[in-house]
Amino acid sequence: MHESWQQFWAMGGYAGYVWSSYAIAAVVIVGNIVAPVIAHRQIARRIKNEEFDD
Amino acid sequence: MVETHYASTQFTIYLQRNGVGVLAKSAFMLWLHRFGSLPYFYRVSRPIALALAVPGVLLAAYGVYGGLVNAPVDYQQGDAFRILYIHVPSAWLSLFGYTSMAIAGAVALVWRLKLAEIFVVAAAPVGASFTFLALVTGSIWGKPMWGTWWVWDARLTSELILLFLYLGVIALHNAIESPRSAARACALLSVVGVINVPIIHFSVEWWNTLHQGPTVTRFGRPAMEMAMLWPLLCAALGFTLMFGWLTLWNMRVQLLRRERRSRWVKKVFSDA
Amino acid sequence: MTRTRRRRLMLVGGLFVGLAAATALALTAFSENILYFYQPSEIVGGQAPTHTRFRIGGLVETGSVERNNDDLLVRFTLADCEASVPVQFRGTLPDLFREGQGIVAYGQLNESGQFVADEVLAKHDENYMSPDVAEAMKDASGTSCMPSNMQAQR
Repeated sequence: MHESWQQFWAMGGYAGYVWSSYAIAAVVIVGNIVAPVIAHRQIARRIKNEEFDD
Repeated sequence: MVETHYASTQFTIYLQRNGVGVLAKSAFMLWLHRFGSLPYFYRVSRPIALALAVPGVLLAAYGVYGGLVNAPVDYQQGDAFRILYIHVPSAWLSLFGYTSMAIAGAVALVWRLKLAEIFVVAAAPVGASFTFLALVTGSIWGKPMWGTWWVWDARLTSELILLFLYLGVIALHNAIESPRSAARACALLSVVGVINVPIIHFSVEWWNTLHQGPTVTRFGRPAMEMAMLWPLLCAALGFTLMFGWLTLWNMRVQLLRRERRSRWVKKVFSDA
Repeated sequence: MTRTRRRRLMLVGGLFVGLAAATALALTAFSENILYFYQPSEIVGGQAPTHTRFRIGGLVETGSVERNNDDLLVRFTLADCEASVPVQFRGTLPDLFREGQGIVAYGQLNESGQFVADEVLAKHDENYMSPDVAEAMKDASGTSCMPSNMQAQR
């Protein structure tokens, strides 16, 4: 439990370690969400354009 | 009217002859068969993914928020221990993901179920991501607490090997041209590599390591205060649901890639 | 289940069992090398190498820490239930370094039986709790001379 928001962001002097961990995690997780959506859109477009119809 | 009566009579005779167990079994087989059908899977996987995503994200966010904001500081590690709320769910998913791939791999090898083959390939990048996160957040946690970014103890080394196994599955899939052989090779590597999972889990008990022993799965006295444990369990469950969500989306992409020339795929996209 | 499927199942199962057995054998054979550190009693008992560098793991004995502010030299003794080894170290200690803490140090024994460390790492236990709870637990349990987290469950 933190006394104030300022203290919360300071993380008892470990701010650099704690926040960098969560920042890296956020980037990786967002990447995992976005990548299949983009890939799905791409393959769907190619199927619609009948690119595999030889 | 007569027909329904006939059907229900036949049904009663069927039940009397075969028992409810057989009925349940055949209903399950029917469901399995239906779910194994690729167009059906493609259709239902989208709402199922959404049904996993919403509670998954909410639970994970609630757990991480609880861990960062509400949980009390640790008596030894102070606020640095809050890295736990991303490190432990990631590490849990790294093991859970590989185990699920091994089970799917065995099913793919024995029953040649296409969806199981696709699951192995689709779960690998998600599992690799969380293994990477477990290693990186552990490293960032280790620097201030242990005094080092990395040590070659049994726990850290075996977890690194797990990352290489995941990357091996991804590389195999990319390297082999034929989709069937690629899927089989990936399934085989998943089954064989799962031996590493119990080694990772028990490494801290079998050998002297710098990494500490298990906190949550320990028997007897809980090793963690309830106010700290509760957000962790929420986060772990939330991330597990998210794992299912992300893997399902990857499966949809892999499915379209493999079936792109099939009639049902063309039908799905010509209607829309 | 058809015959082909049963055969495949046996094949996959057999492969898995064989590999598990091979791994178990290999790990047992290399067990000593996977040990991350030696305990003080093993070092006093002569099981640790004398001319190469290795790791020692034990608890920092209460009252044994001497700091020299001029040159950052720290002396302390690491102990388990049976023996203790004097350690000297020059450098930055991890945040968790304190008396009674589990420590793993990397270095070499010198002629006088002192362990000269050039790396000191802290090993914490698997317990997480708030300071209030920790205070309350202290009276109940007391401290062990070598808690289980400092040794493998062999």
